[in-house]
Amino acid sequence: MKSKSSPAGGRQGLWHWLMQDTMDGLRRRRALLGYLFLLPTLLGIFIFTAGPIFVSFGLSLFHWNIFRPPDFIGLDNFERLLSDGRVIIGLGNTVKFTILAVTSQVSIGLILALAVHRISRVWLRYYFRTAFFLPLLMSGASVAVFMGYIFHKEFGPLNYYLTLLGLPQIPWLTSPDLVMISIAIISAWRNLGFTFVIFLGGLTNLSQEVLDAADVDGAQGFRRLWSVVIPLLSPQILFATVTGVIGALQVFDEPYIMTRGGPGNASRTLVMVMYEHAFKHIEFGYGSAIAIVLFLIILVMAIVQMWLWRSRVFYQ
Amino acid sequence: MTTSLRSGPRDISAAEHRRQVLSHQLGRWLPLIVLAIMSGVVLAPIMWTISTSLRDGVDSFTVPPKWLPTDLAVENYGVVFEKVPFARQILNSGIITWGTVLGQLITASLAGYAFARLEFRGRDLLFWVVLATMMIPVQATVIPVFILIRNLGLYDTVWSLILPAAPTAFGTFLLRQYYLTIPIELEESALIDGASQWQLFRRIYLPLVKPGLAVLAILSFNFHWNEFFRPLIFLQHENYPITIGIFQLQGYMMTGSISVVLAGVVISLVPVIIIFLFGQRYLIEGIMRGAIKG
Repeated sequence: MKSKSSPAGGRQGLWHWLMQDTMDGLRRRRALLGYLFLLPTLLGIFIFTAGPIFVSFGLSLFHWNIFRPPDFIGLDNFERLLSDGRVIIGLGNTVKFTILAVTSQVSIGLILALAVHRISRVWLRYYFRTAFFLPLLMSGASVAVFMGYIFHKEFGPLNYYLTLLGLPQIPWLTSPDLVMISIAIISAWRNLGFTFVIFLGGLTNLSQEVLDAADVDGAQGFRRLWSVVIPLLSPQILFATVTGVIGALQVFDEPYIMTRGGPGNASRTLVMVMYEHAFKHIEFGYGSAIAIVLFLIILVMAIVQMWLWRSRVFYQ
Repeated sequence: MTTSLRSGPRDISAAEHRRQVLSHQLGRWLPLIVLAIMSGVVLAPIMWTISTSLRDGVDSFTVPPKWLPTDLAVENYGVVFEKVPFARQILNSGIITWGTVLGQLITASLAGYAFARLEFRGRDLLFWVVLATMMIPVQATVIPVFILIRNLGLYDTVWSLILPAAPTAFGTFLLRQYYLTIPIELEESALIDGASQWQLFRRIYLPLVKPGLAVLAILSFNFHWNEFFRPLIFLQHENYPITIGIFQLQGYMMTGSISVVLAGVVISLVPVIIIFLFGQRYLIEGIMRGAIKG
């Protein structure tokens, strides 16, 4: 604490120093209150988030399972990662899922927001907004359960209607080639509401003057959309994309519930491999190494976002 | 919708005029058609889930699918409670979720206020540290937290989920924004009236950020009610929440009636639907506020 009149010894003095009826006293009381108010949050974040991320780094350098005490092995866990087929496949599946899910939820969400923005009837707007937003509130677990039935090869309603159209029964969740695509579709179905709300909010906030100016310049239809509206929405598009990528990289619930990572390893994701090593085989060291890989990928994404945010000139 | 016709070149040929009218009509109806189809696609799985949860067990998983619940087999909803300890799981979910929401409201309303309205050394640095921890995914810290929770003797208790989730960087950030919108003049006049610093917070600021508290409570309730990953790790057997309950139901019902499983799914959606009906505005506001800063 910086102050000219330092506490003159004892509890009484400290109390007096704090409760002084001057601007200095007021400043001190406010500062103390600030530290007190922050204490629960800072302590909690230190114990359960900031501290553990460093511990994760540390653990990743150890060989540690239930049978043996921790054993320092340097970067051996990371070397093991590079030749671990399941980790490589898990990472590949996660990246494939992320690209598919995020591109579809961002593009479809954008199209829907643009369309709803043109609707002027209030009840129609409300209906569409409600419809697109509803799935976002459901748990990954419940969505995985009912979508697992809907995408079922023989009895699922989806294939029933596709066969009516003359298509063959598609093995959505049982074909190694299709399973990650199906899970990405299901995940995009749920997250559509998020991107949609972000874009609709962005559109509502667009300055009407800019749009009017574009009208006067003769920008019409798709040209206006492409060269005026979309650039103006670039902050929202960036946000929706990066948030979507960070979320998608953590995918676990849907594949775990619908396919248990199968068929074979075709839908095993990075988090699932981490979970299996850490909590099924109780290999805390190796599990932490996988967790660190996930963390570093997400960190890079977050830094890219900040960098884009600062360096790109937006029109607003 | 008529405004887009008002501008344009003055002298246009008849053909050009027809083209413009056509494209105007297209611009008017195309969005509506796209939206009608897409809202059908988005809502259909939910409709199917509800109607199938009320089908008779024997033909629950047969085609063609039924879209209207004409069987009204309400007994499926009772069977859920026989197959898994569903009542207990609902209670578990309720305790964990409410505990977490309450913890977040307390910690974030204090920390958000400190960051928004109090001056002390290191404030901005601490704020950036808190913000930066938002980037850390729960999976990256779950192993050390698991070891810690075990050593504290909290494994397989509700505290293993509530305690680590109670401090919230997002909630602190969100509430800080609400505190910042309150005019500082209110504070000055209260101080002249002789209010203490605590009274200033409790009597003036806290009541005024109620909308922010509602946003945080609703977002947090929805998120933690739906959690699956952490409960799977930190809890077992009778302490499982409802999300793991429906996962268990799905497992038991491999050969049985999916209507019972879907009844479980519908039950798990009830609180979510209630939130949706009463708090949709808050939810959307919360998401958009999160997006402002990125």
